[in-house]
This record gives sequence, C-alpha cells and structure tokens, in this order.
Amino acid sequence: MFKDKTSLMMTLLKGRTLIVLVLLLIFFSVANDNFLSTNTLLLLAKHVALYGILAIGMTYVIITGGIDLSVGAVVGLAGMIAGGMIQNGVTLQFAGVTLYFSVPMVVILTIVVGAFIGWLNGIIITKFGVAPFIATLGTMYIARGWAMLHSNGATYSSLAGNEALGNTGFSFFGSRIAEIPVGALILVVIAIIAHILLKKTVFGWHIFAIGGNEKAAKLSGVKVDKVKILVYIFSAVCAAIVGLITASQLEAAHPATGETWEMNAIAAAVLGGTSMAGGIGTIGGTIVGAFVIGVISDGMVMCGVSEFWQMIIKGLVIILAVIIDQFQRNMEAKMALQARNESKD
Amino acid sequence: MAVNITNGPDVCLHAEKISKIYPGTKALDEVSFNVYKGKVNVLIGENGAGKSTLMKIIAGIEQESEGELFMGEEKVHFDDVTEAREHGIGIIHQELNLFPNLAVYQNIFMAKERKKGTVGLDNEYHIKETKRIMEKLQHPIDPYTIVGDLRVGQQQMIEIARNLVQDDLKILIMDEPTSSLSEQEVQVLFKIMRELTAEGISIVYISHRLEEIMQIGDYVTVLRDGKLVDSAAVKDIDISWIVQKMVGKGKSYPKRAGNIDWSKRETVLEVKDLSLPKKGGGWLLDKVSFQLKKGEILGIYGLMGAGRTEIFECIMGLRPEHTGEVILNGETLKINSITEQIDRGFALIPEDRQREGLVQTMDIGKNLSLSSLKNYAKGIFLKSNEEESNIDKIIDEIHIKVADKRLPILSLSGGNQQKVVIGKGIMTNPKILLLDEPSRGIDIGAKTDVFEIMNHFADAGLSLLVVSSELEEIKSIADRIIVLSNGIKTAELAGDEITEDRLVMASYEGHNSGKKN
Repeated sequence: MFKDKTSLMMTLLKGRTLIVLVLLLIFFSVANDNFLSTNTLLLLAKHVALYGILAIGMTYVIITGGIDLSVGAVVGLAGMIAGGMIQNGVTLQFAGVTLYFSVPMVVILTIVVGAFIGWLNGIIITKFGVAPFIATLGTMYIARGWAMLHSNGATYSSLAGNEALGNTGFSFFGSRIAEIPVGALILVVIAIIAHILLKKTVFGWHIFAIGGNEKAAKLSGVKVDKVKILVYIFSAVCAAIVGLITASQLEAAHPATGETWEMNAIAAAVLGGTSMAGGIGTIGGTIVGAFVIGVISDGMVMCGVSEFWQMIIKGLVIILAVIIDQFQRNMEAKMALQARNESKD
Repeated sequence: MAVNITNGPDVCLHAEKISKIYPGTKALDEVSFNVYKGKVNVLIGENGAGKSTLMKIIAGIEQESEGELFMGEEKVHFDDVTEAREHGIGIIHQELNLFPNLAVYQNIFMAKERKKGTVGLDNEYHIKETKRIMEKLQHPIDPYTIVGDLRVGQQQMIEIARNLVQDDLKILIMDEPTSSLSEQEVQVLFKIMRELTAEGISIVYISHRLEEIMQIGDYVTVLRDGKLVDSAAVKDIDISWIVQKMVGKGKSYPKRAGNIDWSKRETVLEVKDLSLPKKGGGWLLDKVSFQLKKGEILGIYGLMGAGRTEIFECIMGLRPEHTGEVILNGETLKINSITEQIDRGFALIPEDRQREGLVQTMDIGKNLSLSSLKNYAKGIFLKSNEEESNIDKIIDEIHIKVADKRLPILSLSGGNQQKVVIGKGIMTNPKILLLDEPSRGIDIGAKTDVFEIMNHFADAGLSLLVVSSELEEIKSIADRIIVLSNGIKTAELAGDEITEDRLVMASYEGHNSGKKN
C-alpha cells in the first residue's frame, strides 16, 4: 500500500514539469480565447526554439557538472559574424580584395567561430583548471566585446544579400516551411540528435559519468578532458545556430542580441530536471522546461501582464521547481536506502 | 567467559534492552550494553549489525524506540546531541567533522565560543585554552595552523580536543578512529586513550580491526543483526572468539593453495627500479622492483604512506613523473594515460569506493559497464544487448546481490557496491588486476566473498596485485608478499616465510635506514 502510494507520487513528481505545462496551457486558454490558436502556438514555437536550442547545449554542460555563461554572448557574436560577412564581406587588407561567401559557407564559418569559443572554454576549464563559472564568464565578455568591435556597436541591417554576389537566402532560417517556423524544425532536429547522442552512445554515458563522479570516471578510463572540451564546443555551436536563426528572423544583426539568454537556457534546463550538481538530466525534460518558460512569457503577454510581473513570476517558478526537485531527490535517496535495508539478509 | 550486563557502581552508562525501529526494519533488538567507568568499551559487529545505531542513541543523534538508558541510578533520555553533551557524552565520527579552512583554535571552539562584550570573540582565551588542551594531548600544534594542512592523525587529535573543551567529559565515543591512521599514529592515539581512561573518562570504541581491540580494549560487546550476541572482558577472550561471535560460525578467510611452483610460471608483469620523486625532495618510491606471475596473487603490505598506492598510480599512468621500467609480457611500456593502460589489460580497483570507484548518479548496470563501454560500441552507438548480457554475466559470476540492475547503485550494501567496483574492472577483460584495500569498510561476510572472487579469477589465469594493511587478510589471500616501507621494498616473502612478525618488522625497516637524524 505504502509502496504503491510512493510510486504514484514519484511518477507525478517526475512528470511535474509536463503537468505544469499542461496546466499553464489550460490556464492561458481560459484566460484568453486566442491563446490556443494555431498562430499563437506557432509563434510560441518560434520563441521557444531559441532558448530550447541554447538549453540543449546547456543541459550537456550542466550534466558534466559545469555551467556555460558565454552562450548568450556567442548568440550575439554569431549574428555579427554572419551579418558582417553578408553585408560587408570579408576584406583582406594585404590583397586589397573583399570576399563574399555564399550563405551555406557563411553558416559554416559562423559555426566554426562558435565552436572556437566553445573550444576555448573547454581548454581553459580542463587544461588550466579554471572553474567553469569563471572561465565562461570571461569568454562571455570576450565574445560580447568581439561582437561589439565587429561593427563598432552598430547593427548590420541589410542581410538580404545580393544576387550579383551570390549570397542571398539568409532569410531562410527566419522563414516558415508549411507554416512551421524553420527555427522550430531546427530545434526538433537538434533535440533528437542530442537525445540519441546522450542516451545511446559511449560519449553520452561518459558525460553522465563525469558529472556523477569525475574521479571515478577518470579512473575508469573515461577521457575526461576530451569529453568536457567536446561538450563546451557542442554548447557553443548550439549558441551559434541560435545566433544565425535570430539574425535571420530579425533580418538584422545587433551586437547586444542574446544578452542574459544564458539565464533562460539555465532556467529551462533546471525546470526540466537537470541537476546543477551534475550527473542527472534529459533532453526531453529540458525541452518541456523551455516550453514552460515560453508559455509563461507569451501567455502573460497575451493576458496583458506587465513585463515586470513576468520576471517575478518566472523567478518564482524556477525556485519552486528546484525546491520540488530537491524533494524528489530526497525521496529517491530514501527509497534507495529502504531497498538496501530490505535486501539485507 | 561472558559478563552479566547489569547496572552497577562501576558502570558509567547502562543501556537496558534498547530497540530501534525504522520503517520496515528493526535496527536494534533489545540490546543491553554497559559503559564501564574509565575503561575502553569495544563495540563490534559486521556492517549493519547495529553498532552505529546504538552509538547514535547514546550520543543523542537518534532516539531509542524502546528501552531505557541509565547513568548511575538516574534514568536519562537524550533528545539531541546537546542534551547528551550536557551529560558529558561526546562523539568522534568516522568521517572527521572539521572545518579544514579554519585554524585549529577556531575548530576547537566552534559553537562553544566565549564572547567578549556582546559580539566580540575572546580569542585570547581560545588560544590559551587550545594550547593547554593540545599540550595535554601531547600534540602541541600551533593554534593558528589551518586544519586542512594537518595530517589525518593530527586532525583526529583536534577532534578529541574539541571534546575536552568542557571539563565534564564522561564518555567519549570513537567510531573507527584508526581507519585512516598510520601505525605510529595509532599507537599515539592508544596512549592518549589510556591517559583519558586513567582520568576516569570512559571510552566507547568501534573498530573493524580485531588486533587493535585485543590491544586497547577492556570490555568487548558483539552485535549481530541488531541483536546482542555476547559480551566479555577482553582479558578472557581471543581474536577467534570475536570472529566466531561476529559471523555466527567458525568462518575464516579462504586460503590460497600453497603447492604451486611459481618459478615455472611465466612472468606477466615486471617492474624494475620504479621511482617516484616526492614534492620537496626525497622519494615516494625508491627503486622498487618486483615480478608478477600468471595466475598469482601478489600482496603489497606496508604502513600508510609507505608507497603502496603510488605503485598502482605509476602503473596506471596517473604519475607521469615516475622513472623505471614497467614490462608487460616482455614489452617495455611507455605509459601515457590511464585509458591506454586499461586497453593494455590493467584494471584498477581504487581504495576509496565512494570517491573513486562509483558514479552515484548512475544505476548498478551502468556502473558495471562504465570502464568497458567502448567494447560495446558500433560506430558511435552502443549495442545495448551485448552490454546488458555482459552485465548480467558478471553479476552472476561474482554473485552481486541485485534485485534489478537498473536500481540506483546506492541501493546496494557496501559489500555489494565493492563487488560492483571489482566487476567493473573485470568487465574490461584485464590481464592484471590492481586492488587497493579491496576489503576496506565492508563486513566479514562480504570480505570473504571478495577474497573468493580474487581466488576465482587468479585460478582462471588473471594476475592480481593487492594492497592491504590487515595482516590476517594479506597472509591468507596472497601467494607472495612484498613489503614497502618509506618507499623502499624491504622484504619479499613467500610460503612459510610469511609470518606476522616478519611483515611488521619489514614495514618499519625503511624508516630506520638512512633516515636517522
């Protein structure tokens, strides 16, 4: 009897973010008739895609027991790199020529720049032993500064490209395919890849092992440094992709884009049950977490709640989520102990 | 032989039929226990026998469900640690509860501060008292020293000192205080325990080391499965009496067959002149050489800090600064990384199960397959079926008691957790297994299991290197023993040469040679 009750409670606890999401959807659809319309939901998907993708990278990092504060700045930097390449090309001073790249090339180069920041994070953390919080705080400033320097703080606003230069088509990432925002489709693809990578590959399990007990992982032969560097690269690449999508959606690249977005990404991961202590987390949970944040923001906007109240409510939801999370873990620990006592002869 | 457990004038604290019931289990079942005045009262039993629970009740950390506690004629009950402390009962936990970031005097007076005015601290008094107490304990450590910089043995003294701050200490409970001390530090601790008892302080002493109990104990009480088995004065009994009472039957460690001619066996591993420099001069390992035959269990005995773990660290690639040769099957190895060493057929079972062996957030199965995951990879994907069946195989082969391999690792008992760590090593299909204190912190039943596993794999052709600080254990499990002392190999014993005397003598030799001031 007791056991059934606990397992029911555990199921509810584990599905809590999803339950909250459903409750929020019901609440807002009652509060505002237009909320459950296709248009609103597609708009929601478009918004969620941005922190969703960031949060996937963040989930990887947090599972290893780290944190990546630089992702918001990488979003801004990636937009500026891509925007600059399309609008002004790349000028090679010594040769006196300006090169224009096709959009696919721009995308690849932008992702390479993002990956470089991630690699830098990984190297600083693993080879120089700097705490992830500090290392990525540093690269956050560096990436933001680089973004500002790129245009001296100005916005690149003509991203349509030029037929003659062969670099049109950047608006694709902000467009829709069969009404569905491309950003949301990219989110789906990345989420599926990230989930499989995490659950079905050696790399994924090594990520969990490092976050659970780094020393034991190392002594078990896990290449801790290499895995960590790859994880920070993955996170930064996710951020670069978000930078591309945002610039494409706005048809403009502004160097301040993405400020504080790392906080939304952390919040989505934590809401989704990722443990800040490392070793625990799922991509599915994180996506649901991203949707909760998205629904709260969009829903409250539609209900006319002021932005200031939105912030307060978001803050409360995050704290509550973590409190429930602690409760769940205590309960799991208790159940494990109980199983241990029962198995004793 | 047995003594009657009744209250009397020489009894400082008497526990009468104490029971402790947790949901689903009875941790203590009508256990009576006497703490004799000015004596060392030993409490012993396998893990889970209930000794920790009994102690916690006496110290006020947990409360009894049934039964009564008496101090003299007065019936007492402690709702928390503070109440117990008011009655003069102090406790030193197995894991030291110190603040490594703070100074000695701050640790000693933590939460017992004397104030100057309303908020100021009377540090003059704190430091004066710290000096006085540390001198009394014959450890005149500078009160300003940061505790994190002290050796474990010295930290232990700080713990004792914390309990001596108040003058009214009557009972001091010590939970496995020697588990991380060197032999010398143990002797110093024993001396201080003797002085405390001479002052009339009673000590409740918990230890797994039977030899220690014979040396320091006055009375011994054996618990098993939450029940009182027997109680006796130490002068009336011997080690085999304790073992017999603990396990319930005359069980001993499995012995190795002594009739194998090892000289005819092929040498699998040869270590030549292995040296490891110490930070700030000297050597952690000083030209250590040995051979390991196929199917052999080679024991490495020595005191704490003798260099035993360091040998493993060098072989596993964790100490790139080492010099000397490591030759595997005739090939001199260039040791780069632990991952490479695992691929070459070495597997390490580290000493500290929780910190170095297990990933607590992963389930039992994944903890087992962690080291060998890449053997089940096809491209980047895992072949789960093969992984699962290998996990099942190892669980079966080394008899890990699991209801479901998807349960959290912490749902297993200590002994079964240890088997998982060993299983993880075995799953990499090693040629050589390095076990660092494989029986630490597990009960006698599980110890026997672990030794049987070692025998089983040695018979199957695996070569094992095993570090142990327990004489009885290493004597029965090893075919051959090398002794390290202060980084120097001081003896290599086989067969009848292996005696406790020679092992102990050799373990001190390295300190005498060339290190005299």
